[in-house]
Amino acid sequence: MAVDRRKFLKLVGCSALFGLGAKTAIDIFAPGELEASMKESLPNGKKKWAMVIDMDKCLQKQAEGKCTACITACNHEHNIPDFGNIKEEIKWIWQDTYEHVFPTQPNRFLDEDIEGKPFLVLCNHCENPPCCRVCPTKSTWQREDGIVMIDPHRCIGCRFCMAACPFGSRSFNWGDPRKAPKELNPDYPTNMDYPRRNKGVVEKCTFCEERLAQGKLPACVEACAEIKVHALHFGDLNDPDSEIRQLLRERYAIRRKAELGTEPKVYYLI
Amino acid sequence: MLERTLKGSKAYWRVLIGLLVIMGAGLLCYLYQFHEGLKITGMSRDISWGLYIAQFTYLVGIAAGGVMVVLPYYIHDYKAFGRITILGEFLAIGAVIMCLLFIFVDIGNPVRILNVIMYPTPRSILFWDMIVLNGYLFLNIFVGWNVLAAERKGVPYRKWVKVLAYISIPWAFSIHTVTAFLYAGIPGRHLWLTAIMAARFLASAFAAGPALLLLLCLIVRKFTKFDPGNEQLRTLGGIIAYAMILNCFFLLLEIFTAFYSGIPEHQHSLVYLFSGLEGHGKLVPWMWTSVLFSGIALILLIVPATRRKIDTLAVGCVAVIIGTWIDKGVGLVIAGFIPNPLDHVVEYSPTFPEIVICLAIWATGFFVITLLYKIAISVKEEVGA
Repeated sequence: MAVDRRKFLKLVGCSALFGLGAKTAIDIFAPGELEASMKESLPNGKKKWAMVIDMDKCLQKQAEGKCTACITACNHEHNIPDFGNIKEEIKWIWQDTYEHVFPTQPNRFLDEDIEGKPFLVLCNHCENPPCCRVCPTKSTWQREDGIVMIDPHRCIGCRFCMAACPFGSRSFNWGDPRKAPKELNPDYPTNMDYPRRNKGVVEKCTFCEERLAQGKLPACVEACAEIKVHALHFGDLNDPDSEIRQLLRERYAIRRKAELGTEPKVYYLI
Repeated sequence: MLERTLKGSKAYWRVLIGLLVIMGAGLLCYLYQFHEGLKITGMSRDISWGLYIAQFTYLVGIAAGGVMVVLPYYIHDYKAFGRITILGEFLAIGAVIMCLLFIFVDIGNPVRILNVIMYPTPRSILFWDMIVLNGYLFLNIFVGWNVLAAERKGVPYRKWVKVLAYISIPWAFSIHTVTAFLYAGIPGRHLWLTAIMAARFLASAFAAGPALLLLLCLIVRKFTKFDPGNEQLRTLGGIIAYAMILNCFFLLLEIFTAFYSGIPEHQHSLVYLFSGLEGHGKLVPWMWTSVLFSGIALILLIVPATRRKIDTLAVGCVAVIIGTWIDKGVGLVIAGFIPNPLDHVVEYSPTFPEIVICLAIWATGFFVITLLYKIAISVKEEVGA
């Protein structure tokens, strides 16, 4: 059969359309199936990772003097640049006062032990994450173990996820992180094993999924244990015998903006 | 018909060159932004969308507003609008092009923009916005062009053109509904989390779009031999009046719910807009300007004597555009981020290059509209309509 230029172009065009159409059809009728079938099953597929922050212990330590061991460890682990201004700030885990961390629970007559005290904030890895719902390229998605991930190589930088996150957990690379001022970042990049990002992508806490894959705890949890405070606990919500489940059974825990139904997986023991 | 853009008066060329100069300045600023990243804008971790997305939102309204001449003509067989449907359609084309450009300049990684098509994600409203906006652009190009070509040849347009024109009517409603859903479906941003958002968007669109169209008609009447007609302008005036009343009514509904319910989160953004929050109030003078102009617009549009008189109607239209532009093209998007999720008030002001890029995109839209109107009007002048 002779294929002339015209026929060839038609054929190529039709195949391209068919290919695109099939992918879309799968996405509509069986969302995620295609991706799921392509990726290998995760070693911890049945787990639901979560964090429990014992604020008693954390605030006790803070009372002795400012403690930022967990934040420093995270910044180091993930090459978080410091630009020295809040406009370009990139934060994965940081501190804010109780009133700002829990703005929907106002109380004029607050317990003195927590009033104005610094609380840790990080991505909540919501069970029902609005950020993943709005992403137009699936660059941010939820793994089977509950971790909300970002693919910095696919993200187009539309920042819809930042608008959608009710916790302000996401940061954007407004400029090139490698151009962060040297005097503020003398040893940047701090961890050559962790990928540095380019400008124009969103990033946030990943529960140190790269460390979990090696059987290690998140950097912040490890740092807190190293200084013998043990305020940060990390584990599997699906395992009723896990340390975090035991803590949640025994102590009263609150979550940020639980009323929005996003099901945050960072718990604060009060 | 394209060759008609190449012949024109001195004034026509002056307008085009003026717009090209602004476009060139914007292109330079954009190259700077492309190189340095979005840090050259006033946006921050807390106000992560700024003037670009606000302009996009406003212009989706202008594009959708074009349907207010198409709908009466095709659905109600209101023949008088047949003279100006083409102007509505061509205005919509220019507005949608501006929308797409505003999205493009807001993207942090523009070289990856095709990821939206390569990884289609129907659960994301942005995916649907891409579909409805591009669809609306093509519908208007096909319908406008074919109707005009038929008019030039003095033959009735083909049946399929009419089918597309009918499709374009609900499609126009869809572009602004989907754009409202971008905001109305996300938890934790209380200014946006409201079921009336899409209705409010449509009301302001049907006021602002026809208001701009009416002003363009007056410019066309002044500088060309084509007269859009007094009856057409007055009918448009009536449409703008109803839409503007609805727009203001919907805003008052928002204010009622927020303040009578007394829920603090529902009030914060509105308080920030109209009286300032925790000592921050950059937008307060803007919002009261918006209120003032909306008030002037309502008076001029509701009083029959001023609505029927073309001069005062034109002033009313300018007031509609200023009032709705501040409300939607500045206040709504920015105040949605204030206070931020951790209840801090962080403010935003656009930077110089950011403003130049915005102006350049507006200039690009008006460049396209000027060329398209030149084609349409030279055809109309030729057939002596």
